[in-house]
Amino acid sequence: MHTPTTQARPSIYYTYEVFKPWLPSEHPQPTRQKVVIVGAGPAGMVTALELARHGVPSVVLSSELQFSQGSRAICFTRRSMEILQQVGVADRMTEGGLPWRFGNSYYRGQRVFRMEAPHDADDRFFPIINVQQQFMEEYLHDACKANPLIDFRWGNKVNQVAQKDGYALLEVDTPEGLYALESNWVVAADGGRSGIRTAMNLEMEGASYEGFFVIADIKVDLPLPTERLAYFDPDWNPGNTILMHREPNGIWRVDYQLPEGETPEEALKPESLKARIDAQLAMIGHAGAKWEMDWSSVYSARTLTLPDFVHGNVIFTGDAAHLLPIFGVRGANTAFQDAQSLGWHLAFVVKGLGSQKLLANHSAERVGAAREIIDEAGKSTRFMTPPAGGFQLLRDAVLSLSLTQAFVRPLYHWRTSRPHAYTHSILNSAGDDNGLFKTGPAHGAPPQNVRLGANDFLLDHLGGGFDLLYFTDASFIPEALQHTIHSARAQGMPLRVIAVGSAQPVEGADTTLADADGHLRERYGIPANGGAYLLRPDQHICARWLTLDATRLQAALNTALPQ
Amino acid sequence: MTNAPNALTISDLETVYDSLASAIDQAGQDKSSLFLVKLALLNANALASADVFQAHVQAALQDL
Repeated sequence: MHTPTTQARPSIYYTYEVFKPWLPSEHPQPTRQKVVIVGAGPAGMVTALELARHGVPSVVLSSELQFSQGSRAICFTRRSMEILQQVGVADRMTEGGLPWRFGNSYYRGQRVFRMEAPHDADDRFFPIINVQQQFMEEYLHDACKANPLIDFRWGNKVNQVAQKDGYALLEVDTPEGLYALESNWVVAADGGRSGIRTAMNLEMEGASYEGFFVIADIKVDLPLPTERLAYFDPDWNPGNTILMHREPNGIWRVDYQLPEGETPEEALKPESLKARIDAQLAMIGHAGAKWEMDWSSVYSARTLTLPDFVHGNVIFTGDAAHLLPIFGVRGANTAFQDAQSLGWHLAFVVKGLGSQKLLANHSAERVGAAREIIDEAGKSTRFMTPPAGGFQLLRDAVLSLSLTQAFVRPLYHWRTSRPHAYTHSILNSAGDDNGLFKTGPAHGAPPQNVRLGANDFLLDHLGGGFDLLYFTDASFIPEALQHTIHSARAQGMPLRVIAVGSAQPVEGADTTLADADGHLRERYGIPANGGAYLLRPDQHICARWLTLDATRLQAALNTALPQ
Repeated sequence: MTNAPNALTISDLETVYDSLASAIDQAGQDKSSLFLVKLALLNANALASADVFQAHVQAALQDL
């Protein structure tokens, strides 16, 4: 019998709702499901919403009865917001969030580096927005609840997953006992401590770092803008690093590294937390500021990934698939990209529109992304929390030099999470004009957003299926292309045509964007009529042409959906 | 490592020898490594070549 707590979690700023458990006796006996998603965090819920967008139903299992304890993920990148826009929750994120683009690094009381993240006029979203994870989960959950294709089950804990021939059998525990659930596919989105990963004995590859960090959320009134603050080697915590972020609702996140040898238990004692947070506030000029603790936890940096996310009928995603350091906001932001990718790849397999090669491609693309992130995050981590010896010495030398020598200061800029370009994806077209373009997003790249008008951006018009951007000022899409498009649709491929460059609606296009000033054509490197881009359902580019013809369109469509 | 055309003269080399030795003493035992790493980074930046720096690293690692 699984008895999740019915006591609402404590929080200064968030009122937890305790949901009713889903009980098997109150529902008809389950038939074989198409997809069961284990875990209702950001990865699980975005996967469910993406699947539903493509018409695929899923069951989402949460072992708890409420959203996550504490703020956890707080910084969401532009690409995350673009993904959340696709599943319909970006407006709510924007309403409650604090956007920002500047970061400051301090050493010996001097600001030695200021990061200024670019904010292009063509972008709808800021480089980063701060929202506490409970709110983000609430927004996603509301979207799931409103979707008839998503069967959300609170208080359902997965005990066991057995791989069968072509499906998986789950043993699920609830407050009234066990039931069995069969599913063609199981998405393991059960977090960094994934029970499914452990039970399947899957080894992750990569490194773990020694330093521990305390993460504490405090309510405090500080007259400071929403900018990231990083303090290196301060007097109160010699050799170690402290990070601060403003969160909505009067909350500040304070992360500080523990002195070597101190255990997490010691660090989380109230008197220890109090002394250190007081010292940090004093150091930034707010000695004696009144504050109240909301939530605290301990964290250590790891850069680990499964080498393959697909195992039989079980697919790992988000933290269950990889563990990434906080430096560079890589946890939830990577999970959103995983889930967006998994959603469409799996949906197309479930619907029989592509073969299981699609899942192999999903795994190859996202493992590649995880490895790229691990490489970059490893650099950041070796600077933020350097291993003893050479790395410690180099980091300290850079701190010291940075007071007077500008050339070392860019080393303070730890790279922030960014979308991975699937440059070598098997879905990219071989016979297109990718290499001939002088500018614009290339093979595998995420799309370039473009401002079309007041509160109107290119990405508002893309997604949910394949999109063909066709650049023309003529009144119709050439007949041969229309024929190819119709036959792809007749085989079930969701394919929308967006004509760009005509003031009048273009015949054969689903939408026409006038692009009166030619700005969209310019950003996409289109010199003349007849150019085109093919975008996947996750909006990444898989083909582009200076002059599109029906034969090459057909070839690209075949490549994009391997059979 | 062969002598580059812009190598130090004997007298400049002697000046560097003395000044480096004195600076290591001035930094003190606790801070001499830190001092030397700072110096290496400054020199590497002035070299403007990661390849040349890499060759220096290999040469300095020999016969320790």
